Amino acid sequence: MEPIVELKDLTFRYQPDDEKPALDQVSLTINEGEWVAIIGHNGSGKSTLAKTINGLLLPENGEVRVKGQTLAEENIWAIRRAVGMVFQNPDNQFVGATVEDDIAFGMENQGIPREDMVTRVQEALEQVRMTPFATKEPARLSGGQKQRVAIAGVVALRPDVIILDEATSMLDPEGRFEVIEAVKKIKEKNQLTVISITHDIDEAANANRVLVMKQGRLFKEGTPEEIFSAGPELIELGLDLPFPEKLKLALKAQGLEVPSQYLTEEGMVEWLWTSVLNK
Amino acid sequence: MMNKLIFGRYIPGDSIIHRLDPRTKLLMSFYFIGIIFLANNWQSYLFLAVFTFIAILLSKINLGFFLRGVRPLLWLIIFTVALQMFFTSGGEVYWQWGIFRLTEFGVINGIFIFCRFVLIIFISTLLTLSTPPLALSDAIEAILRPLKVIKFPVHEISLMLSIALRFVPTLMDETEKIMNAQRARGVDFGEGSIVQKMKAIVPLLIPLFVSSFNRAEDLATAMEARGYQGGDGRTKYRILHWQVKDTLTVIVFVFVTIGLVWLKN
Repeated sequence: MEPIVELKDLTFRYQPDDEKPALDQVSLTINEGEWVAIIGHNGSGKSTLAKTINGLLLPENGEVRVKGQTLAEENIWAIRRAVGMVFQNPDNQFVGATVEDDIAFGMENQGIPREDMVTRVQEALEQVRMTPFATKEPARLSGGQKQRVAIAGVVALRPDVIILDEATSMLDPEGRFEVIEAVKKIKEKNQLTVISITHDIDEAANANRVLVMKQGRLFKEGTPEEIFSAGPELIELGLDLPFPEKLKLALKAQGLEVPSQYLTEEGMVEWLWTSVLNK
Repeated sequence: MMNKLIFGRYIPGDSIIHRLDPRTKLLMSFYFIGIIFLANNWQSYLFLAVFTFIAILLSKINLGFFLRGVRPLLWLIIFTVALQMFFTSGGEVYWQWGIFRLTEFGVINGIFIFCRFVLIIFISTLLTLSTPPLALSDAIEAILRPLKVIKFPVHEISLMLSIALRFVPTLMDETEKIMNAQRARGVDFGEGSIVQKMKAIVPLLIPLFVSSFNRAEDLATAMEARGYQGGDGRTKYRILHWQVKDTLTVIVFVFVTIGLVWLKN
């Protein structure tokens, strides 16, 4: 697998005289086609990291490479084309007056001919299953629907990487599920790389790799299984535990022997019914 | 509170007026308002009134909406008409009291002014009721485009206009939410003296301002992330079509003008 995003010794401060940098010597590599979740408590630098990848914030030190190109003043717009971003607040990132206008906005910026835009808008709408809403105004959509439109707007631009910057944090569980499902499908179909910055543990469980940020530093890195088996340590990092882990803790408190490694929900069910049979 | 406001509202429909190009509607409405001032006798006012009435009928919009459009301006109309009636001299004097004098010319002038007001309000209400705000902002952009020659920022203005329109319902919702939140904490809106009323607005206005700044910041970031670099080199997704019925509308207006010039003294 080719690396698509490479960060080297990234340091960033919001104010030049800030004592503690928002990002402190962060280095990481994300491979093509990977789904990477970045988790961490509030103020750990996750969102800052996301914004440095497509040059919305320029690092004080270090290097950002996207598709082998080093981010610089000249190629910033080319890199923004390669990296699509979906932000947190569904209302505030809706530029267009209707769903289709919003999806077309990014393409208009790139100067894509109108005929192409029309077909691409249709395609993108289908991919997020919002076709019946094409002419609706944002005020008539739910939060999850607005986020799906935002994703469609990014997908229509055919980027290589999609960054979800806490894109599901303002949604209800249903909207969250819809958005994650839409992203999953789109990722498979278009062979995208997904970087999702999140507090949501289910979203992180979908990832191939999880990066944990703490106070501007990359604190831990591993598969979801590795990270989640840390158990209570996650709570200290300001994160929730996946449901099987919670169940394990509760059983342990009742004096039951539980396996120490991380179990998915299915694994948990398997272990439960075999352990009952053993008695 | 907001629902009573008829100005700037759009009534969806599928009449010939609805399907006209917004540019035609916008330009012709302004043109009509201009030629109303040419009318100066009974015949010409009657002619324009009939024309306006036909346009309203063609739009298939309930006449009630137009009457409601007049209501907020009723006091202004009555005031102006009264001034005209009592302070215009000439012709037969019907009634006099001090400096107030009701004369023949005064009455005629008052009625004309009244007609003028009502016709202007009707035609502008027809424009806003039959055209979605978005189409109007497209039309404004198209009409302003020639001003690019004198470095007028047409693209920026039209972008601001369309973003403003898109955020109107969002901000309305937010206003409502903040109002209710402040009410829950004991703020009385619309109670007490005028000073108290104004003071009660502060806890609504400041959060609204601050959140608008935050929204603007978020929106700007999102726009930049989606490759917005200003107006140059952009293509457009929505385009306006000039159709035969638009040309016909312009021809109708030419005839109206000719008729009007012929009818006036």
